[in-house]
Amino acid sequence: MAGIGGAVTTGRKARWTVLNILVVAYALVPVLWIVSLSFKTKETLADGNFIPRAWTLDNYKAIFSTTEFVRALVNSIGIALIATAVAVVFGTMAAYAIARLDFPGKRLLVGVSLLIAMFPQISLVSPLFEIERTLGLFDTWPGLILPYITFALPLAIYTLSAFFREIPWELEKAAKMDGATPGQAFRRVIAPLAAPGVFTTAILVFIFCWNDFLFAISLTSTEASRTVPVALSFFTGSSQFEDPTGSIAAAAVVITIPIVLFVLFFQRRIVAGLTSGAVKG
Amino acid sequence: MSHAVKTDNAEPALPPKAKAALSEGKRAERRLGLLLCAPAILIMAAVAGWPILYSLWLSLQRYDLKFPDRTEFVGLENYVTVLSNPYWWNAMWVTVLITVVSVAVELVLGMALALIMHRTLVGRGIVRTSTLIPYGIVTVVAAFSWRYAWTPRTGYLAETIAGGDPVLTEKIPAIMVVTLAEIWKTTPFMALLLMAGLALVPDDLLKAAAMDGASAWQRFTKVMVPVMKPAILVALLFRTLDAFRIFDNLFVLTAGSQGTSSVSMLTYNNLIKGLNLGIGSTMSVLIFIAVAIIAFVFVKLFGTAAPGGDGGGRR
Repeated sequence: MAGIGGAVTTGRKARWTVLNILVVAYALVPVLWIVSLSFKTKETLADGNFIPRAWTLDNYKAIFSTTEFVRALVNSIGIALIATAVAVVFGTMAAYAIARLDFPGKRLLVGVSLLIAMFPQISLVSPLFEIERTLGLFDTWPGLILPYITFALPLAIYTLSAFFREIPWELEKAAKMDGATPGQAFRRVIAPLAAPGVFTTAILVFIFCWNDFLFAISLTSTEASRTVPVALSFFTGSSQFEDPTGSIAAAAVVITIPIVLFVLFFQRRIVAGLTSGAVKG
Repeated sequence: MSHAVKTDNAEPALPPKAKAALSEGKRAERRLGLLLCAPAILIMAAVAGWPILYSLWLSLQRYDLKFPDRTEFVGLENYVTVLSNPYWWNAMWVTVLITVVSVAVELVLGMALALIMHRTLVGRGIVRTSTLIPYGIVTVVAAFSWRYAWTPRTGYLAETIAGGDPVLTEKIPAIMVVTLAEIWKTTPFMALLLMAGLALVPDDLLKAAAMDGASAWQRFTKVMVPVMKPAILVALLFRTLDAFRIFDNLFVLTAGSQGTSSVSMLTYNNLIKGLNLGIGSTMSVLIFIAVAIIAFVFVKLFGTAAPGGDGGGRR
């Protein structure tokens, strides 16, 4: 891979290092900026300096002492975890069927779920707003979990069926020869082999749910189900003269932590998950 | 006792079962397939299929939640109202502008980033890990970072690049900032899809081209791009449809003021702020149609293969 233009020289290495530093800076500067804001004191918040002149934890203490933020954090975590769990379980079942089994309507299912993945979410917001108000789901956890599952399912089915195509299916045949039913072959042999793919999909789906803003701001109205991205956009200082910048920055950093952890520990998996399906088609 | 029963059953059952096994197995497979897909199908039908039909119905009615007793069927009146409204067309042009500019820039930047991630000799893990941060970070968080960066006095960009001007309060500069925020966030996704395409370019082919005296640029345009074409088209399709529904960045950065609304933003304002379900649904349907047209153009004119489709295993 390295050898197209010649041997690996220190000059080439240096050039790559410079390019890499540029990429890392591109990716991290906006993130470091919000981190920096979150540690600035009230007095230095508006000094325009990239690195805080005076450091403080006050912004973090402030947001964790409000129910507005803590409740939103609980909502975000709960809603994203439940939606992820359901979407991954149902997505795994469907993707297995699509990758392995022959049944009528299979192509239609793939086509329709692709359609949903491409769907403009706003098109669902209008009818869901009305339907959820009628059914009493508006501003509840299920009211957000359901649309999240719906949009996560195509992503899950798509990623998982790409993973499932790579599994050595002879093992399944062997299991069936040994007398296992298709159901048993799925549970005992294939499911453990598929676990890494399922795990990767879960991360991608969680990031999707964690990220959502449009549904969360349209289908909630109180702290009962408001998630952090929405709560952030409603943050005001404790008095009308107080600037919410510090609190917003601190809350923003808090909800970025899980993303950073996922990326640090599962970089390889996430890259594999995002690219697996895309070029096979 | 139980032992006797077992052998009793097994002995006569074997010969006929062997004959019926195939069709029986086939039927079991079909049943299992439908059974496994049933929950996914039911949810998608109930939470996506039914609402989209319902919004078609709502779009044909005068339905304002502020005046619920004046609700009535008005046919295509809402469509006439929306399509003759300058705000709608302004939002449409803003959306198209942001979509075209951001996707075009992302294709170039994303290709560069993909080449770096694919070919770098040092620190591949670090590059890939940091590239995933913009992809994974919550859009609202990134948008706030950009907003404060461009806020006069507070921000590092406002004081240096913008010279202290409030760029977010003027239409064209604000749209540029929103587009930049969109580009920053989604270029890595584009790059990852392109990188997957790069992995398909055979090294031997590149070496052969180099031997024949092709320059780096020729190797890129004559060898890499043709091989990568399907991946490029899929990446473009994904990002175009995604950019077209831009909402989060706009909401935080400008809230649609100074005529910077996208179509999603305008629909949201009519629906949630204005509580006009009829008009909101009409806009929803129109956006859906616009997205369908974009997808159709990509698939029919450019021949973008449906990604992840059933054809994957066979090709």
